[in-house]
Amino acid sequence: MAAVLPADAATAPQRPPGFLRRLLLDKPLGAAGAALLLLFVVVGVFAPWIAPAGPNDIAPLDRLQPPSWAHWFGTDNLGRDVLSRCIHGAQLSVIIGCLAALLATVVSAVIGIVSGYFGGKFDLFVQRFVDAWMSFPDLIILIVVVSVVGPGMPQIIVTLGLLLGIGGSRIVRSAVIGVREHMYVHAAQSIGSSSARILRRHILPNVMPPIIVLFTTRVGTVILAESGLAFLGLGVPPPAPTWGAMLSGSGRTYMFQGPWLALAPGLCLTLVVYATNVFGDALRDLLDPRMRGSK
Amino acid sequence: MGAYLARRLLALLPTLVLASLIVFVTIRLIPGDVIDLMLSQNDVAADKLTRDQLIAALGLDRPMWEQYLRWVADIVLHGNLGHSLWQTAPVTELLLGRLPVTFQLGAMALVVALLIALPIGIHSALRQDTAGDYLGRSFSILLLAVPSFWLATMVVVFPSIWWGWSPEVNYVRFGDDPWQNLKQMALPAIVLGAGLSAITMRLMRTMMLEVLRQDYIRTAWAKGLPERLVVLRHALRNAMVPVITLVGLQAPLLIGGAVIIEQIFVIPGMGLLLLDAVQQRDYPIITGVFLIVGVAVMLINLAVDLSYGLLDPKVRYR
Repeated sequence: MAAVLPADAATAPQRPPGFLRRLLLDKPLGAAGAALLLLFVVVGVFAPWIAPAGPNDIAPLDRLQPPSWAHWFGTDNLGRDVLSRCIHGAQLSVIIGCLAALLATVVSAVIGIVSGYFGGKFDLFVQRFVDAWMSFPDLIILIVVVSVVGPGMPQIIVTLGLLLGIGGSRIVRSAVIGVREHMYVHAAQSIGSSSARILRRHILPNVMPPIIVLFTTRVGTVILAESGLAFLGLGVPPPAPTWGAMLSGSGRTYMFQGPWLALAPGLCLTLVVYATNVFGDALRDLLDPRMRGSK
Repeated sequence: MGAYLARRLLALLPTLVLASLIVFVTIRLIPGDVIDLMLSQNDVAADKLTRDQLIAALGLDRPMWEQYLRWVADIVLHGNLGHSLWQTAPVTELLLGRLPVTFQLGAMALVVALLIALPIGIHSALRQDTAGDYLGRSFSILLLAVPSFWLATMVVVFPSIWWGWSPEVNYVRFGDDPWQNLKQMALPAIVLGAGLSAITMRLMRTMMLEVLRQDYIRTAWAKGLPERLVVLRHALRNAMVPVITLVGLQAPLLIGGAVIIEQIFVIPGMGLLLLDAVQQRDYPIITGVFLIVGVAVMLINLAVDLSYGLLDPKVRYR
């Protein structure tokens, strides 16, 4: 489907022209995902203005109201408006998702580029470390680290960023190894450019496509991981309206009386993760044909 | 094969050492005031141990390298992972009690995942670009996005509201009543397996498409073999190797997912042990679970590598 790529797309550092148009024409599903993501970010950023009520406005008289015109997604056991909580939850997800994914991508890029470019013993050691790191399930590392440093937004962002960053370095590394042997890199080496300059000016721009794709898919991974953690009661402490937390804790007991409590946050999560997945897939096909079909 | 296995196990050693260091260092990041927190949060603890005793029990009163060497020596020489702080049992014993439960859940979930992924993946590839293919692919993208804990929450909440049915929460051991145990584990395994099946389904389809275009498949068709034989005997076996690799790579995902599923369905496996330990800040248990999970994943990946030989006679271990 991406057969319209110009022949030099694999090596061209800048996006091919008409990126948006190709996204819309060739990848309608990816474009829909992008639109959904955009909506999610806008809702997150402007949450306080969009939400009909504050996330923690308690109204005991309105407790456990089913969805209605006044409360689109109903109310919870404390009479809090579920729609408003979901919208404010989007804000937390945007913040955590973007910051942690950014950190993860930077970590992946630094480790991957340095390890891939220099190779040798250093690479061997780093790769064994990455091996060891990747044999621990993300969620287990998260649980253990949070048990040590305590729950809280900054801890979660940093932990998620480092965690996913180390694992993702593999993808960047393999891209770097592909670029390392290109003629222009040898040329730069032979005219005596410093390693730092080669990495910055020649390697980095050429491995940007996988890095961009990595960032996009990481946003979804981070949001999913954070919600799992929040679900276990180890996320941003209550009463923060994170989607994961809304599905767990005291809310769970009331779901049998108010099943709508179980629907809205999960639906939000699924939609956002779905959007990042299809958009990430489309980006991969458009920006980096070599990665097609890989995960 | 024997020599190959020995070499692989040897190659595992540096990774194991690094993994143990990761576990060790992560737990030692405990800030000092956590000790006070542990005592203040836990009444039992405060009764049982003084501050100094607690520090000694955690082994924090010795230099770092000595702590590490002691810890490793204890594990390697005595299989001793330390003592739970608040329960009177050794960590190894607690873990051994829980390990089979999580293992069973994981194995059942894997079977479910493959039962969903393989037929749909194969069918999608055989009928590429038909309605069935699109349906199968959309289904897998959707499964990928649904968080397992949400799926689990829904299968707990809605049947209860609609039909007054809820999953059994009193865990029955397989040894006591196998049928009851399997019935009880089926739903958690399906929920966990469904999430895992998505990526496998996609890879199965991709690999089948690739294999089906090979010359030997055309030959098989030309010989007039029935579709069943072409697909099962000639195509599937060749398409399976990368799929099996993926299954191995998903082991961490499976174990991580089991933690959440065990909590929702109250299954007393390692995940529940870990979460309880986190609640009580029982660091020896946390350390033990952390390490065992890492080692288990490495061994699973090794087993996966060895299984290539069974699937693909071209693979020889030297």
